[in-house]
Amino acid sequence: MKEDILTKGTNAIWKFFSSVTLTVIILILFVLVSIPGTIIEQGSTEKNLQLLIKVVGEEFAPKALKIIISLGFLDAYHSWWFIILLLLLTFNLTICTIDRFPTTWKIVKTPMGPLDDSFLINMPIRAEIKVKGNLEKAKELVSKALKGHGYNLSEKRIDKTLHLYSQKGKHSRLGVYVVHTSIILVLTGAVIGALFGFKGFLNLPEGEAYSAVIMKTGLLTQDEENERDRLLNTIESVSGDIVKTSQVLGIEPATLQSKLKRYGIRPLGFSIRCDDFEVDFYGNSDMPKEYKSWLTVMKDGKEVLRKSIEVNNPLTYKGITFYQSSYGLMPNLRNAKFVLNIKSNSGVSETKYFNFGDKFAIPGTGIEGIISDFSPALSIDENGRVFTYAETMNNPAVLIEFKEKGKYKYSGWILKRYPTTWQLPEGHTVEFKDLWGAQYTGLQVGKDPGLWLVYIGFALMSVGFIFTFFRSHKKIWARLKEERGEVIITLAATVNKNRIAFEREFERRVKSIKGG
Amino acid sequence: MTSSIFFSLSELAYMMAMVAYITYLVLKRKGIGIAATGITIFGFSAQTLAIIQRWIDSYSIKIVYEVDLFSKLLHSAPFSNLYESLILFVWTMILFYLIIEFRYKNRSFGAFVTPIAGLALLFTNLTGMSKEIQPLMPALQSNWLIAHVILSFIAYGTFALSFSTAIMYLIITTEKRDEGFYIFWTLSVGLFLIVLIAMALDFMTFRIAFSTPESFIKSYLFRATFLNQSKGIAAFSYIVASGILFVLWRFGYLIKKELLSFSISTEVLDDITYKSISIGFPIFGLGGIIFGGVWASQAWGTYWSWDPKETWSLITWLVYAIYLHARFMKGWRGKKVVVLAAIGFFTVIFTYLGVNLLLSGLHAYGEL
Ligand code: HEM
Repeated sequence: MKEDILTKGTNAIWKFFSSVTLTVIILILFVLVSIPGTIIEQGSTEKNLQLLIKVVGEEFAPKALKIIISLGFLDAYHSWWFIILLLLLTFNLTICTIDRFPTTWKIVKTPMGPLDDSFLINMPIRAEIKVKGNLEKAKELVSKALKGHGYNLSEKRIDKTLHLYSQKGKHSRLGVYVVHTSIILVLTGAVIGALFGFKGFLNLPEGEAYSAVIMKTGLLTQDEENERDRLLNTIESVSGDIVKTSQVLGIEPATLQSKLKRYGIRPLGFSIRCDDFEVDFYGNSDMPKEYKSWLTVMKDGKEVLRKSIEVNNPLTYKGITFYQSSYGLMPNLRNAKFVLNIKSNSGVSETKYFNFGDKFAIPGTGIEGIISDFSPALSIDENGRVFTYAETMNNPAVLIEFKEKGKYKYSGWILKRYPTTWQLPEGHTVEFKDLWGAQYTGLQVGKDPGLWLVYIGFALMSVGFIFTFFRSHKKIWARLKEERGEVIITLAATVNKNRIAFEREFERRVKSIKGG
Repeated sequence: MTSSIFFSLSELAYMMAMVAYITYLVLKRKGIGIAATGITIFGFSAQTLAIIQRWIDSYSIKIVYEVDLFSKLLHSAPFSNLYESLILFVWTMILFYLIIEFRYKNRSFGAFVTPIAGLALLFTNLTGMSKEIQPLMPALQSNWLIAHVILSFIAYGTFALSFSTAIMYLIITTEKRDEGFYIFWTLSVGLFLIVLIAMALDFMTFRIAFSTPESFIKSYLFRATFLNQSKGIAAFSYIVASGILFVLWRFGYLIKKELLSFSISTEVLDDITYKSISIGFPIFGLGGIIFGGVWASQAWGTYWSWDPKETWSLITWLVYAIYLHARFMKGWRGKKVVVLAAIGFFTVIFTYLGVNLLLSGLHAYGEL
């Protein structure tokens, strides 16, 4: 008696979780709860407070914000209600698959047989054709009409009637399971990524090597920020060695770990150096065509990998990937080096690195240049005055003053992007190749151990879609009966989807049998 | 550039086709129907030529790194900005429409499809979207991204078609004025007409080229009507709009009679709706969701970051998933399911325009 109730209960729960109705309800809920997160700006307390002040007034805004935060709306896609819904969906999908798969599998595996007369007469897609001649000839007609279209006919003789039958696309019935499994894979991959992966960023100046990245944290106070910077500096000073860091700071490794976590610092276990960074523009415009960083990975002081990366073409080392995402000019250009190629009119040429204010000589002449000004993006206004129009190296230019025997000769701006400005009156050229060490490359850094599962899920889903939507399971039966010099062919068919199109195909087959 | 002449021709043709199809629906003269189809085919051919021409132009203009022909062709595909993608959307929709017209030998759908084309093209003209061939920013130079954009718009085209047939389905299955589904379709069609008319009026009033669609929306959209400086004109616009809605609601059932005389069955409409979605859904899943994810993963290191645009794409896709599953639910036949297809297209429009225009506006508002 008790067991009865138990099984009844389990059955009811099973039925509940294997129903498509539940799927539709969950999906509708999923859509509805996804919307607030697109309207409320995620993670930003300050902006939302400003907005709330405008909507509900100064007085209630902080309270309203508190409610919104406590319900998880500022991090909607990681809130408990969102995760519960995702779990429910996964559960529903899994149970549904276990519940239905055996039936489908049976349909796919069961060999096809001839159809009983009683069934044949009740098939919704059906036709009757009378042809002259004997069974053999009629069979040929039917095969001719069907074979070319992918139907491999089986035949069976029962008494005096001949049954021909064939099916195609039976595996398309499995497509739905492939799609559903792929969704479970993608979700599993996402969970693995969220649990065991990380995402951070790194602004890496040209010529420097870093060994830790910074991840998003909650708001930090000024003191905390100072401590974070101190930690970071210590880590970098010992090339990311955690044991040494804790020794230098005089704290327990465990304390250090928890601090690193709190401040979103993630030691990489190796160092990464930016050897150079370049932006290419379209022609002489300010529209960037490509950003490129030349990176070197170093472990224990040794170079282990060198690669240049671009947007859409990252570098991966030990599962950690570096993506080119932005760039910028360093606030302080004291350590930057001007790279100049100096060529005299007699053809002697040399490339050298200079600091701001350095002097250089044009080989074989008495002419001397002094680097006296720099602009990352030089332009000229309508009065002919030069000015800097951007904070990035869109059009870098260096002002060089030339002297001969200690006496001022001329001066001029030399622009990296305009070769005509490299020419000096005497036929010498001074090419401004780069200001090296002035820019930093902005890298997104991430590790996602679930990515391969997500990608397998993506691939499976694509395959599943083809089977689900562009194939259908078609079955055709033909019963051939000889009667007084005529053969009556009864054709019947079923299809699991796309019925209207299939009916049209069926008509065509019937016509081609009739036409001979 | 010669392509712009062909674009203008196709635009003109689609507008004329819209008038012809609607006239055909009312007068039921076979000649008008044939003319409507002819004009549409003409417009479609002109548009195809224009796209090919533009592709060739941008192939020679765009400076691309790619060495292999495939990437080169893909990178110069003329579907990289808002203007070009709307053209692709219209092109796909008309292509599928023509296939259906021939397959089902019925012209009545035309009156429901061509207005969507008209609205989209008016929008491109009105907003003065940049029609220049532009070079691509670094992040956009990815085969995945370009395939993503192209496939998404192809899917949008099929969704637009399913919207038309879903609305037709609702029209011929409802007649009581207090029925939810009746109110739904009269409101949908009414709002659609109102936006079309209001934008046409904007177009006639301000024939200027604007810098960006955003600035157009902020400063010009509906300025000739609802947002007119003159309070009187604005009030009048609202009255007229309400009038349109009322008339549609009051006399909408008459359209049913017109449609029924074309002997279209609910099964055929349901079939076309399902078929369009069963083409659009996987294409959008593959192109819109998966390719977008692969691109984001390669460019930014995260395949999914829940930004509003991504989330709304997912919502769109899931609404169509709901539609597909609802068909398997007991007791959920007919109108209840079909209405989901119509709602799906509203989410498409919102994903495409609303997210950029409304949500980013809202976020900017918080910054003020
Ligand atoms: C994001 C989630 C899901 C997606 C994208 C999805 C996708 C699909 C697709 C594409 C189809 C084929 C529809 C058609 O042939 O018209 C389908 C069918 C189906 N789905 Fe899902 N599905 C999801 C979740 C679920 C869940 C949670 C269940 C659990 C009950 C479920 C149960 C079914 C069933 C029973 C069918 C019909 C299979 C048949 O008899 O042909 N789906 N789904």
